[in-house]
Amino acid sequence: MQVDKIEMGTVIDHIKAGKAAKVMKLLEIGENYPHRVAILINVPSKMMKTKDIVKIEGKAVSEEGANIIALVSPGASINLIRNSKIEKKFTVALPKEVNGLGHCANPNCITAEGAKTRFKMEGDGRYRCHFCERRSNAEELV
Amino acid sequence: MDVISIRDMEKKDIEGILDSAEAIHAGRKKPGISGKVLATLFFEASTRTKLSFQSAALRSGMEFIDFLPETSSLKKGESFEDTVKTVEGYADALVIRHPREGSARLAADILGKPVINGGDGGNQHPTQTLIDLYSIRKNKGRIKGLNVTLFGDLKHARTMRSLAYALGMFEAKVTLVSPQGLEMDQSYVKELEERFNLQVSVKTEPEFSEADVLYVCRIQQERFADPLEAKRVTERFMIRKADLKGAKDDLVILHPLPKINEIENSIDSMKQAKYFEQAHNGVPVRQAVLEYALSR
Repeated sequence: MQVDKIEMGTVIDHIKAGKAAKVMKLLEIGENYPHRVAILINVPSKMMKTKDIVKIEGKAVSEEGANIIALVSPGASINLIRNSKIEKKFTVALPKEVNGLGHCANPNCITAEGAKTRFKMEGDGRYRCHFCERRSNAEELV
Repeated sequence: MDVISIRDMEKKDIEGILDSAEAIHAGRKKPGISGKVLATLFFEASTRTKLSFQSAALRSGMEFIDFLPETSSLKKGESFEDTVKTVEGYADALVIRHPREGSARLAADILGKPVINGGDGGNQHPTQTLIDLYSIRKNKGRIKGLNVTLFGDLKHARTMRSLAYALGMFEAKVTLVSPQGLEMDQSYVKELEERFNLQVSVKTEPEFSEADVLYVCRIQQERFADPLEAKRVTERFMIRKADLKGAKDDLVILHPLPKINEIENSIDSMKQAKYFEQAHNGVPVRQAVLEYALSR
């Protein structure tokens, strides 16, 4: 399967197999995105057996912005491409705070009525809802 | 200063409120909050919290205005946020009870006036916890080192979670007694053990010989899928005089009320039963809370 190299943009590699669509959603890349996007699912990988890859033309994802990907796929790697070369490469890390994204796992939380979500990571890596104080694992938020 | 969750408060703040409540109760102090207006917004039923806050306001020389959801613009579809923003202009502080967890925090985030959480769903009821601590300290002279047994539905009762947290802060020892399936969330217990080095024991049968304080809450029958199982458990977790035979003579029995049938009526007249006194303590404690909220 052949996918063109991109000249300017972001390649997200080592995404957990099957999570590419969620990554796209977290990065708010939908049907109105004006540039080319390639989504590769179940790509053979030595390290992961299978993985997903997303190539996004025309968008440089910031380190802070990319870290939300760790909620669904910790270990995903980000390659920022400029002039067809890797300008910067880093692995996503779980963000200390998650604001305005995802949902609280507590169905009775006030955020279920539309209030903007706010979560803060605690010492054990779990997230506490700012409002209802419920603690959730990262994957429960998205 | 908002009063939303016992988690937000430091031990010295709590001790300050308890000391202040004690002085108010003994007639040694008048809170300096006269002339202020309190708004009570209870989006769900309440007897003790609402009336004791209103009484606390009146006894402190404040006025209160009362929001009644059934005759308000909620009926026209007005949102919670718009309601509290409007009422903020009519009062100096707001007490809010709402069935959604996190509602008081949301109000505090969007309002400039002090917000006091009067209970947000199954999450927090900080002023009840302050009353519980006050009642324990008043009857036992201390909190540190006491054996406190929390008895009943420890999974759903918001008062139990907040109280367990505060008992950890005050270095008490906690015994948890609950029916199978209604235990306190294990990760929460672990958090308390780690954060406060809290000593926690777990039992499944009513046994109170070591307890200095027995804190009871209702088993909610509606939580059970099987009505027969609900009946069996509530009967086994009803406290009868006979259950207290081996208990300490100076045991203090507390309950946030309302109690339905979890404590045999004959216990009400025993000297150990302090739950009505506990409910009455709500007034001086809430006077102290109002002063704390309005003077910072």
